[in-house]
Amino acid sequence: MRLSSFLRVFFLLLICWVLLTWPFPGTPGLWEKWILGITLSALVAYLEIRSLPEFPLYLPVSPVRFFWCLVYALRFFQLMVVANIDVAYRVLHPSLPIKPGIVKVKTCLKNPLARMILANSITLTPGTLVVDMDSDGFIYVHWICVTCQEEENARKIIVEPFEEILKKIFE
Amino acid sequence: MTEIVSNIFIFIGVVFMILGCVGLVRLPDVYNRLQAATKSVTLGVCSMLLGVIILKGFSPMSGKAFLCIVFILITSPTSAHALARGAYKSKVRLCKNTVCDQYDFGRKEELTIPQNPDEESQSKK
Repeated sequence: MRLSSFLRVFFLLLICWVLLTWPFPGTPGLWEKWILGITLSALVAYLEIRSLPEFPLYLPVSPVRFFWCLVYALRFFQLMVVANIDVAYRVLHPSLPIKPGIVKVKTCLKNPLARMILANSITLTPGTLVVDMDSDGFIYVHWICVTCQEEENARKIIVEPFEEILKKIFE
Repeated sequence: MTEIVSNIFIFIGVVFMILGCVGLVRLPDVYNRLQAATKSVTLGVCSMLLGVIILKGFSPMSGKAFLCIVFILITSPTSAHALARGAYKSKVRLCKNTVCDQYDFGRKEELTIPQNPDEESQSKK
């Protein structure tokens, strides 16, 4: 597990370095960039693993997970576009059709990384903004047009589109 | 051809960002404004950077643009979440047509008091 999370952090940092410095043929200082990047990524990943042994990126890699990640990305993109059209409609409508409120919904995800992704996704989907999340899994969501205040129905609208897919990815 | 497609993406980005700014002006309180600002700005910036990637192809600039898209998708909702939570904890009121507030942070009554009795009766219905 330690080597695995070291390699994960290492490759994550290396990808960022490669994208920032672009050490591909046709640019000056090719080998220097690669050597410096690999050295620094290894050093930082080593220190990171020493201080944070339970790095949340640790998950067994499998093709099924990649498939669900792809499904998730598509669903996320679709809802993001819908969210923007929704905001545009509300903002441009002369009577400003909003009915805001803060509702409380529950998620059953346990993994902290999964919860973070869920909260970020909820913020970018139509009409909802995560205000707070507590350790029991309750999410407090600011909703621009509250259609139902009961927890179960609100949960179906806000959390469910993502939770099913995230459960398949992380569990 | 690539130029036309990338210009379309940049145009969509600019339109959404303008709509986000209109939302910042028109919506009543901090939380609603954050909603408009976060969503529009995230998609707007991502769309513009996607336009840059399409325009520049496989080049240093598109690598950086891709990295920017990833970081904006992670950080923009997180910062909105932090701002909303900070606003709530420093007792910024919700606007007066707020329907419900289930985030009881020890001051539920204080927040949901409407401005006049007529609105109170409406909100009870």
